[in-house]
Amino acid sequence: MELSYFAIIVGAIFVNNVVLAQFLGICPFLGVSSKVETSLGMGAAVTFVMALTALVAWPIQTYVLVPLHIEYMQTIVFILVIAALVQMVEIILKKVSPSLYQALGIFLPLITTNCAVLGVAILMIQKEFTLLQSVVYSVSTALGFAVALVLFAGIRERLDFEDVPRSFRGVPIALVTAGILAMAFMGFSGLV
Amino acid sequence: MNKLRIILSGIIKNNPTFVLVLGMCPTLGTTTSAENGMGMGLATTAVLIMSNLVISLIKNLIPDKVRIPAFIVVIASFVTVIQMLMQAFVPALYASLGVFIPLIVVNCIILGRAEAFASKNSPFDSMLDGVGIGLGFTLSLTVIGSVREILGSGAIFGVNLGIADYTPLIFVLAPGAFLVLGYLMVLFNKLAKK
Amino acid sequence: MKSTLVNMTAVLFGITLVASAGVGVVNMITEEPIALAKEAATKEALTQVLPPFDATQSEEMTIDELPITVYTATKGDAVAGYAVQTMTKQGFNGVVRLMVGFTPEGEVVNVNVLEQSETPGLGTKMADEGNPLLGSIQGQKLDAKKLVDGKLAVKKDGGDVDALTAATISSRAYVDAVNRAWMAYKSVTTGTEPTDVASGASAAQTNEPKAQKGGTNE
Repeated sequence: MELSYFAIIVGAIFVNNVVLAQFLGICPFLGVSSKVETSLGMGAAVTFVMALTALVAWPIQTYVLVPLHIEYMQTIVFILVIAALVQMVEIILKKVSPSLYQALGIFLPLITTNCAVLGVAILMIQKEFTLLQSVVYSVSTALGFAVALVLFAGIRERLDFEDVPRSFRGVPIALVTAGILAMAFMGFSGLV
Repeated sequence: MNKLRIILSGIIKNNPTFVLVLGMCPTLGTTTSAENGMGMGLATTAVLIMSNLVISLIKNLIPDKVRIPAFIVVIASFVTVIQMLMQAFVPALYASLGVFIPLIVVNCIILGRAEAFASKNSPFDSMLDGVGIGLGFTLSLTVIGSVREILGSGAIFGVNLGIADYTPLIFVLAPGAFLVLGYLMVLFNKLAKK
Repeated sequence: MKSTLVNMTAVLFGITLVASAGVGVVNMITEEPIALAKEAATKEALTQVLPPFDATQSEEMTIDELPITVYTATKGDAVAGYAVQTMTKQGFNGVVRLMVGFTPEGEVVNVNVLEQSETPGLGTKMADEGNPLLGSIQGQKLDAKKLVDGKLAVKKDGGDVDALTAATISSRAYVDAVNRAWMAYKSVTTGTEPTDVASGASAAQTNEPKAQKGGTNE
């Protein structure tokens, strides 16, 4: 029996939140999350790319790398797939939907080095998921990323008005805040 | 440039964790103990030195437009090599660092140094830069790992300090990672200003 | 350097080629040490879950489409015990692999957690010494436990295995893997085909474990 889809979804969004519990995608989490609006844009772009990555990386692993016994090439192949996908998405969006491109465009180049994308691609193979499970897992993880990002941006918008001690300003206070948010997310751990 | 200064600047002035704030994912994810933090730091250092060296050697052969993809291929290859070496010779450490080993590829420190230093400097200097930044990273990770291990599991480098019954587990868990790094950064800021 | 289509393609192709060749060579060099390291880890796990033994013989089988390995350990001419390398995909974070040791009579000697990625501090306790899961089965015959549909189950599901605090999923996964090990053990000792453990098994399949249980009770 496999893990149910419900457990995968709830697990990936809340219980094992990609940012707050698995520490993937911290750079954009700290970098982009100063405004709610940009966080939503970044979240959407990541969701899009992660779903595509799962759709492409899974077949490559299953039908190319494993039969040829070159599983050790996984890291190289996956990062190239992600980089190529991001480029393609950028070009296609620019042609097909300029408005969407304007909204997501600036985030796309950042995604190649978002370790959450490569991390999820590697984890879904490690967990021995099927293709459908992988896609569900990737999308839920990306949604979890978006949830964390938006929540955090909301907090940081307010933090701007607070009188923070000088040594805490910038990244340190953001990290402490993230710690408290992570503690709150730990409350989900009994959920599934 | 003074060779020693290249190394020292990586450890203090350009400390990747506390000053540049790069490579946060492994910094938070692998520092559950001093040993894990140090292992991760050393693995990253190895990749950094080799990729800096190679990129500096081939920098004149690479057309500008494909610079980044070319760098990524070089880095990914070295990561894969380290991955296999660790699997062969330190399997326990490899297992506990898990997915963060392949993720060295997307560690912003490595691509960042390739872009900012190795593509402009001589191979030897680039290697030294790798050593410096790598040591700075390793040192930071070891410190964070030690603090979390002492506070969370009451041990350091696996040596039990006999206080395990009183230590809050939270420091080994996710929130502790953020909190410890946050407060250490405050401390670093305070000391650096003096 | 200026970029033209030709030199871009050539350089990228060249780098990729050299890189893959390099990685391939390192793979060839490390293949053997990696295999040795894995073998050493398996051996270590075997000595932990089995009574003293001289030699082992392994046998592969699949239960619920998952690969299971049974090691029959011998001391002199007598069978010293059976160790089963078992797994489940129902862990909190995916795969959990265990090594479960049985005496020839079917008592659980010990369980070694080979691989897990559960939540630190909660699910990871399954690997601790003296955890409730292991405590509930160690030194006991599994047929003598309170079974649900012929299978071991945690208290929450009507069985009598103590679960880990706040880690029901991890506990269920552990029990699921132990069940699979038990089926493999029964299959080897009785010489029958292994039975699937998955709760989604059809009616025809659920009849089988009962028949097999009779076998091991002898």
